[in-house]
Amino acid sequence: MRQFSFSDLLFLATALEWTFLMAAIALAFGVPVGLALALARTSGSAVLRTVATALIELIQGIPLLGLLMFFYFGIPVLVGKDVPTVVAVGAAYTIYTAVFLGDIWRGGIQAVRQAQWEAGACLGLSWLQQFVHIIAPQAFRIALPATVGFLVQLIKNTSLASVVGLVELARAGQMISAGTFQPLLVYTLVAAIYFTICFPLTTWSRTLEARLNGAR
Amino acid sequence: MPNFNFRPLWRYSDQFIDGVLTTLLLTVSATMIGLIIGIIGAIVLRGGPKPARIAVRTYIEIIRNTPALLQIFIIFFVPPTIGLKFSPIQASIVALSIYFGAYASEILRSGLNSIPASQIEAGLCLGLTRWQVLSRIVLPPAIRNIYPSITSQFVLLLLGTSIASQVSADELFHAAGFIDSRTYRSFEVYALTCGIYFTLVVLFKIAFALVGRAAFRWPTRR
Repeated sequence: MRQFSFSDLLFLATALEWTFLMAAIALAFGVPVGLALALARTSGSAVLRTVATALIELIQGIPLLGLLMFFYFGIPVLVGKDVPTVVAVGAAYTIYTAVFLGDIWRGGIQAVRQAQWEAGACLGLSWLQQFVHIIAPQAFRIALPATVGFLVQLIKNTSLASVVGLVELARAGQMISAGTFQPLLVYTLVAAIYFTICFPLTTWSRTLEARLNGAR
Repeated sequence: MPNFNFRPLWRYSDQFIDGVLTTLLLTVSATMIGLIIGIIGAIVLRGGPKPARIAVRTYIEIIRNTPALLQIFIIFFVPPTIGLKFSPIQASIVALSIYFGAYASEILRSGLNSIPASQIEAGLCLGLTRWQVLSRIVLPPAIRNIYPSITSQFVLLLLGTSIASQVSADELFHAAGFIDSRTYRSFEVYALTCGIYFTLVVLFKIAFALVGRAAFRWPTRR
């Protein structure tokens, strides 16, 4: 048995990098896929709408832990060779992020009146121009509070990557707790680190929401 | 083409069923206790003394801004250091109730706030008692307003109970780990497990939609 020491703090700091890295990977790949899902979900094509809806409903209906395991064990089976843990975990978080952002942004896009698309079409804008110049700026404003709110969920949920052995913040906490037998100190500290990251985001999301509701 | 083989899992159908039952036990218990916490929390937030309001706010913010995994770790691993011992199931129910209570408090508070004060005053002017105002004027539309959020929070809780496996509460996800360790059919085990969760979620969503349709028939606006 050993005491909680400075080196443990350094270990936590290193692990925190992985927490941020996982969130960054999830966003880097999840944002474009999420946008595609939101567009598919609101598109005129019934096939695209159905596929996007089915994917969103499916992923939102299984636990993230299950998704992680599915990718962790599934990718090697499907690809036929082992992949690094980061890739499997990154894939799981990407699809998780894409689905939730896709659903949030669908709400934002649908909150903008259909007539605005038509007005754009009347002005001779292409579909892409209508979306980029007319719909997206308004939809983005509407969906921003929920998007920031999801970011908090994502950062908290990177803790589940510990289950497949990725040494991020929660896993580092587990290891130090097991080594020092000081679960109260270690877990409170780790929780405090998460809180320090998430609370400002939550506050920001709330401010954005108040501003949005005030503007209407 | 990888060869999938779900057949070895049949022998473990009992474990899957027990896992589902424990998952439902965790979900339902945590919902019940969490709702009670939520009702108290919402009442305090609306009209409690300032120190109590600050305490409830702090509780809600701490729970909502830290991972549920750590909350469950703290409830499970810390009490034994001072001689108290919870079983994994007990610790999970406690942690998940505290977790659900924080979200429920916020949802219930916003539901109560959605009823204009003028309606309460109107009821009091008509000579209704406070209890009548609450039960006839405030609660029916407030419950209707929060029904979608509270049911989707229930679904999130159902999925969230999977983290109880990390303190070895033998719910569905833990059962999956056990069966995986016996059969080495990891992919099949977790695919099936995800399928079971999904089925549960769909069933609950259908049930909630049916109940919602039956319970909230009156029109909102004329």
